[in-house]
Amino acid sequence: MNRDQRLAALNAELAKRILTLDGSMGAYLQGFGLTADDFHGARFAGHATPLKGDSDVLTLTRPEIITKVHEAYLGAGVDIISTNTFTATPISQAEYGLEALAREMNVDGARLARAACDRAEAADGKPRAVAGSIGPTTKLLSMSPDVGDPGRRDVDFDTMAKGYEEQVLGLIEGGADLLLIETITDTLNAKSALWGAWEAFDKTGVELPLWISGTITDRSGRTLSGQTVEAFYNSLRHAKLWAIGLNCALGPADMRAFLADLARVAECAVSAYPNAGLPNAMGGYDETPHTMEAHYAEWARAGLINIAGGCCGTTPDHIEHMRHAVEGIKPRAIPAHDARLRLAGLEPFNAAA
Amino acid sequence: MSTAANPFANFVVVGERTNVTGSAKFRKLIEADDYAGALVVARQQVESGANVLDVNMDAALIDGPAAMRRFLNLIASEPDIARIPLMIDSSKWEVIEAGLKCAQGKSIVNSISLKEGEDKFIAQAKRVRRYGAAAVVMAFDEQGQADTTKRKVEICTRAYHVLTEKVGFPAEDIIFDPNIFAVATGIEEHADYALAFFEATRIIRETLPHVHVSGGVSNVSFSFRGNEPVREAMHAVFLYHAIRAGMDMGIVNAGSLTLYDDVEPDLRERVEDVLLNRRADATERLLEFAETVKGGKRKDTVKDLSWRDKPVKERLAHALVHGINEFIVADTEEARLEAERPLHVIEGPLMDGMSIVGDLFGAGKMFLPQVVKSARVMKQAVAHLIPYMEEEKQRTGMAGKSNGKIVMATVKGDVHDIGKNIVGVVLQCNGYEIDDLGVMVPCDRILERAKEIGADAIGLSGLITPSLDEMVFVASEMERQGLKLPLLIGGATTSRTHTAVKIAPAYSGPTLYVADASRAVPVMQKLLGADRDVLVRETKAEYDSAREAYFAGQDKRPRLPLAKARERAPQLEYAPVKPGFLGVRAFDNFPLAELVPYIDWTPFFASWDIVGRYPAVLEDDIVGEAARGLYRDARAMLDQLVAERWVKASGVVGFWPASRDGDDVVLWRDETRSAELARLHTLRQQMDKGEGKSNFALADYVALQGDYVGAFAVTAGLGEEDVAIRFKRANDDYSAILAQALCDRLAEAFAEALHAKVRRELWGYAKDESLSADDLIAEKYRGIRPAPGYPAQPDHTEKRTLFDLLGAREKCGIDLTESMAMTPPSSVSGLYFAHPQAEYFGVGRIDRDQVADYARRKGWDMATAERWLSPILAYDPQR
Repeated sequence: MNRDQRLAALNAELAKRILTLDGSMGAYLQGFGLTADDFHGARFAGHATPLKGDSDVLTLTRPEIITKVHEAYLGAGVDIISTNTFTATPISQAEYGLEALAREMNVDGARLARAACDRAEAADGKPRAVAGSIGPTTKLLSMSPDVGDPGRRDVDFDTMAKGYEEQVLGLIEGGADLLLIETITDTLNAKSALWGAWEAFDKTGVELPLWISGTITDRSGRTLSGQTVEAFYNSLRHAKLWAIGLNCALGPADMRAFLADLARVAECAVSAYPNAGLPNAMGGYDETPHTMEAHYAEWARAGLINIAGGCCGTTPDHIEHMRHAVEGIKPRAIPAHDARLRLAGLEPFNAAA
Repeated sequence: MSTAANPFANFVVVGERTNVTGSAKFRKLIEADDYAGALVVARQQVESGANVLDVNMDAALIDGPAAMRRFLNLIASEPDIARIPLMIDSSKWEVIEAGLKCAQGKSIVNSISLKEGEDKFIAQAKRVRRYGAAAVVMAFDEQGQADTTKRKVEICTRAYHVLTEKVGFPAEDIIFDPNIFAVATGIEEHADYALAFFEATRIIRETLPHVHVSGGVSNVSFSFRGNEPVREAMHAVFLYHAIRAGMDMGIVNAGSLTLYDDVEPDLRERVEDVLLNRRADATERLLEFAETVKGGKRKDTVKDLSWRDKPVKERLAHALVHGINEFIVADTEEARLEAERPLHVIEGPLMDGMSIVGDLFGAGKMFLPQVVKSARVMKQAVAHLIPYMEEEKQRTGMAGKSNGKIVMATVKGDVHDIGKNIVGVVLQCNGYEIDDLGVMVPCDRILERAKEIGADAIGLSGLITPSLDEMVFVASEMERQGLKLPLLIGGATTSRTHTAVKIAPAYSGPTLYVADASRAVPVMQKLLGADRDVLVRETKAEYDSAREAYFAGQDKRPRLPLAKARERAPQLEYAPVKPGFLGVRAFDNFPLAELVPYIDWTPFFASWDIVGRYPAVLEDDIVGEAARGLYRDARAMLDQLVAERWVKASGVVGFWPASRDGDDVVLWRDETRSAELARLHTLRQQMDKGEGKSNFALADYVALQGDYVGAFAVTAGLGEEDVAIRFKRANDDYSAILAQALCDRLAEAFAEALHAKVRRELWGYAKDESLSADDLIAEKYRGIRPAPGYPAQPDHTEKRTLFDLLGAREKCGIDLTESMAMTPPSSVSGLYFAHPQAEYFGVGRIDRDQVADYARRKGWDMATAERWLSPILAYDPQR
């Protein structure tokens, strides 16, 4: 199956049922009890900055572990897995002094995921897609790092877009099928990621479906940069998205209302991959596979989602329960394009048609 | 009228004051590097109602890209400004791009055009699209700016095709600016400029689908610089004609838009002559008029402000009586500076004003909505004084004085508080301190609070019948704890009789039923004054006789034995119709605008103590004026509530196979009718109507086999609480109560709308039904939708069954309290019966035999049954 065939098959499935995405990489990696040596490996043994905590470097130093995680989620029966490249941009990797390796991390990250999917596809002939994970980076374009100087910015749009372009070039080269711009806390960061992606598309002649997942930070229903869900949608609607959704920060119970807001307005597929509840006092997550299953089933029945997955704290067990919960339930009907001028500041402003 | 039908309501206002080319003040702020001052200008634009904020930094001494970047970054950290979208306005592309790189929202670029040829236009449009912005496209091409209708239309049409076909630019993101030029310049070729704009706008909107038309309105009056009255009149008249032609966005001074109707007729005619080029001497005639007003103070044509010239005391009284809060803080401050102590302002001019309000209210010359509006003004005045009084208290160690403290609460299990809020406001503006504990307040909290603050009285409110029992419980607890303070009872289901029969006997302190807000003040005055003993004695005597009359009345109305009542059940044969689906279906986020035509306004007026049928009530000799004022405010808020989606309406409908089993209705899991899903219990009338008359129960409307029953739950109150809180924080109880009352109406309208949909399509037993809204309100359709807790089935606990069947909590966020009140309060639920002879009826009082039978069917003990059915018992369970 080549990429075009796979995407055609995946889109045919998307029209018929709720697709499933994998769960957390971090929760699974924790189980391996990784030490600094695992992160540094032989290649970075003498690297000056400690690398422990840079999950994306494991793609280069312990690739077999990343493959194990991918295989565990494919074993849970998902349609889409995401690459281990969440922080693989020059901006984020600069914190570890590895900015020069961003491109390589993305190429290898996509290759590992693609190889695991190819094996699964070979076994049963069903399409498995790789979503190239593109995180928000460690910097914000709409907010000042200094409360005393609200006009200040640590990074500009062009620098950030250039970094994202580098990441997307790597993901395309490694064989990603989709681009998943995820955990977006600042919509301007997402805009610069889109800009970078389009630049990369122009250069390679390859155009991948775009998928954006925003993060509502708390029950106020706003992104970190202050937008409501509908304003967030209005601001990104121009990208002719393959899918838009919400992930992270909230458990399924708290995410529901905002997901419903998004499902109401989005003119493309809607995805949701919540955390396994809110972090508890010990920093762990309390939602069990069984308790989460009920939420997914309810979302599905209420017609809110086209794609379901898990974020922080979810495991292959959570994801397998999730897959059963949404199985056989009709996906959300994707509304036709509504030709209305939809503007946004922090809040939406929709002109009359 | 829906907002979609009104072009004036849909006009998008782009605030123009943050534009250095249009505002010398703003330009000076930027040139002086005073960005804090610049933000103030932006905030004023948002506060005056701008929908979009135009930002322009094109001036000789300003570094455009840097200023744009800095100002937009600063706006991003001001949520009250960043709320609305931006229009990034510059004639320089690099300034526009600098702005786009700082804007996370969806902005509008102003502008791009074919001025420098198609290639450059395409390249810029592509980039605009990648940044995710809409664009103003000027009617400007390689030959220059279009000034005739023909050129304007030609250029815009060409740009439209390039954008939609070569760039893939969404048509709805195109905003054409067909150029507004100055008229009345004395140059003959300019005479048709306004007309050309109107005409081009009309053609563009008609021939180019989905696009918008905008323009900078102030250009039109350029020749009258310095003469604000004439300029504003020109803008108002220009907008009136342009909007009618299809202009739906405009760069205007959001703070000072004059209404077309408010332009003085003579001036309006002269302006119109100029804009429409109606006569050769139009310009001279307008200039002539301009001479007469030149330099003169702008006369406010909107309102009569002559009362502003009166002394401050009279101004305060005027503001209170007319409910005008525009100047109240300034006036209060002026009064405070004149007064010896801030409290004197309250005790003096403010209370004087409120006593005029009280007199007018008492004389029937003012009505509740107006009084609540007055109270809003009062509250805002008091809010201004409180910090000064606190400060004085700190200084002198003295406490303020009040007429009395009242703890008020809606009792446990109940969530309704519109009435309580109204009473609270009325008492407050009569100098009582109200400690409002809110809704669903448990007994111990009410009593603790009353003891803690040394309350002078407790006021209890409730709307649903189980709240009556809770009030009896509160009364008995007050007795047990040895309290002596007066207990006031109010709320829609409470009554003098119930208070006399059930509540007063439980408590030896004064217990008084307060029928409505206007009674609350005289009752409190007497209770806390010299007349207290008289009132208490009179009330006691009154209640004693009410009790006697009640028990005497009880005995005169014999009940039929249950078996006999069942013999008299009507025999109603019919052919059931199968619903379009079985199981449940949710309607999440139902469009509020579709509910508006279904609103029944009569109960809305009733909730404000204005009695009369809508629309006749608006023309009523006595209450008409108050009703019209209230209605105007309600419609304005409703439009905003709908447009801005303050609340969310969600509902759920279900249908199941059903059959009758005695007075119960069995619901089956599926069409095989083999497994029972749930059982609905109904109650039968037991009054003796005489031979040949039927005794009804809801079960009678279901066939013995092969039938179906439906159920629904809807709410229009998701978010209602936040709206109310927002208004209350602004000391605007009037708007808070108005919003709650509107949500109530929307929920009822939703139930009505959904019932119509059920009859016509979902159940589909009346596919051809076509009834007007009035006929719907008069219930001239087939089938009924009775709700548990209402006369046809007074048992509230049946709601639990209904909610479980529907999954109402999960599907649309409606929950039940332990007293079976729905929350959010603006919710409606019920059963659907399709039987053609189904009608609403009241069960009336029932006897011990039916209560015992019902208890057995529900699996209750007798005491539980008597508690839930207490409002309809035909006997006293204690005897």
